[in-house]
Amino acid sequence: MKPKAEAVIIGGGVHGCSIAYHMAKKGWKNIVLLEKGTLACGATGRSVAGIRHQFGTEINIRLAKESVRRMERLEEELDYDGSIELMQKGYLMLAYSEEELDLFNCNRDLQKKIDPENLTEILTPEQAAELVPGLNLEGLYGVSYNCRDGHASPFHVTQAYADAATRLGVNIRTGVEVAEVKKEGNRVTGVVTTGGEEISTPVVIAAAGAYTKTFGEQVGLDIPVTPERHQVAVTEPLEMILGIMVISFAHGSYFKQTPHGSLLLGVGDPEHEVKDFNERPSWQFLFDMVKKTTFHWPALREANIIRQWAGLYDMTPDSQGIVGKTAVDGFYLDLGWSGHGFQLAPAIGQVMAEIVSGETPFIDVGCMCLERFERGELIPEPACV
Amino acid sequence: MEENTIICRCEDLTLADIRATIKKGFHNPQEIKRLTRCGMGPCQGSTCRELLLKEVASATGKNVGDLEMTTFRPPNKPIKVKSIMMGVE
Repeated sequence: MKPKAEAVIIGGGVHGCSIAYHMAKKGWKNIVLLEKGTLACGATGRSVAGIRHQFGTEINIRLAKESVRRMERLEEELDYDGSIELMQKGYLMLAYSEEELDLFNCNRDLQKKIDPENLTEILTPEQAAELVPGLNLEGLYGVSYNCRDGHASPFHVTQAYADAATRLGVNIRTGVEVAEVKKEGNRVTGVVTTGGEEISTPVVIAAAGAYTKTFGEQVGLDIPVTPERHQVAVTEPLEMILGIMVISFAHGSYFKQTPHGSLLLGVGDPEHEVKDFNERPSWQFLFDMVKKTTFHWPALREANIIRQWAGLYDMTPDSQGIVGKTAVDGFYLDLGWSGHGFQLAPAIGQVMAEIVSGETPFIDVGCMCLERFERGELIPEPACV
Repeated sequence: MEENTIICRCEDLTLADIRATIKKGFHNPQEIKRLTRCGMGPCQGSTCRELLLKEVASATGKNVGDLEMTTFRPPNKPIKVKSIMMGVE
């Protein structure tokens, strides 16, 4: 007889683990989470793991506000015996044109309208240089800054959710890859692993980033998601000299210091990236990255790079997540976060648990449904790298 | 003794730290690296990688050769940003 589960979650990134925890907390029994590698080994663990309020669409502003608030007390909520390494020293977004500064102003207004407690402010280049001594002001029109934005460890946040989920009875299985999602009529009936094991279940939640596309095809859904490689380099640990995450959308570059002291330096090159699942780092990235980041902050020239890696964004046409139920009964989606997924996992985990339980989610994510692409109702997020 | 034996000199991890993590059920060297930072420092695990593998092997009864090795990542040795800049200009 086939083993049965009330629900199967595909993907052991921060989203899969957050969903597992929130579902178990709502009383779901016999949840199985399948991860083909180890927890957080994909996009989650490869991200630079920023958390921020500064978004430009209503839905992300709501999700971000709730998620930051939860990150602030996550260790307590999940009774985690480690540290999630939360650091809130702000995000600084650099505007290199009048238009970009206008956009930041609009985003700030929208953030304040939705959340009166939002702390985002628009600063002059000179004020920015006070926050980041040595910042190159050449070509800079202004910056958007929020002091409550920050960083958390992607490994520990994921592990904290996983540990809490396990204590509530979730069966987390790593090293188990799903080969196929099974469907009969218009309803999912189970999953088959690459090892040939079949688990029957009426509910499948796919949270496998860009890999989710294949599972969609198996049940007859077209999920418009493509992998896009992004790369990061890390320096040796230094004294705390830069608490703030600095981002330039115009250059696709960003850099920050982690609580551990190492600086993370990232650049995306969407224009030239082949859209495949290549997760290997490249030399070209190092050249591009040092050029851009030392332009913003010349002091970086003296830092030692000790390691570089790559990870995959799961890009959608409007750079927004795809969330919720689908036209196939029992098949749910949580993917497509296009580079800002880690930070929204606390809120989305609960949203997904409520949707799967047939309840109205505490944040309305209806606009993030898969059908929006067919209807042409895109919700482009302007504030992402 | 465990408390005083350094396994990862860059990240200041002791044998006790590593054994405690293994005891929690983490038997994959990659997982241990991510959770403890073992091997993530400036020397990139040149000493601790083997020590970590041996500890996992002896705790699990497996052979070192059967364990998943932590990933070797470029540039292998620390390089100053300004040295890379010389290649750009």
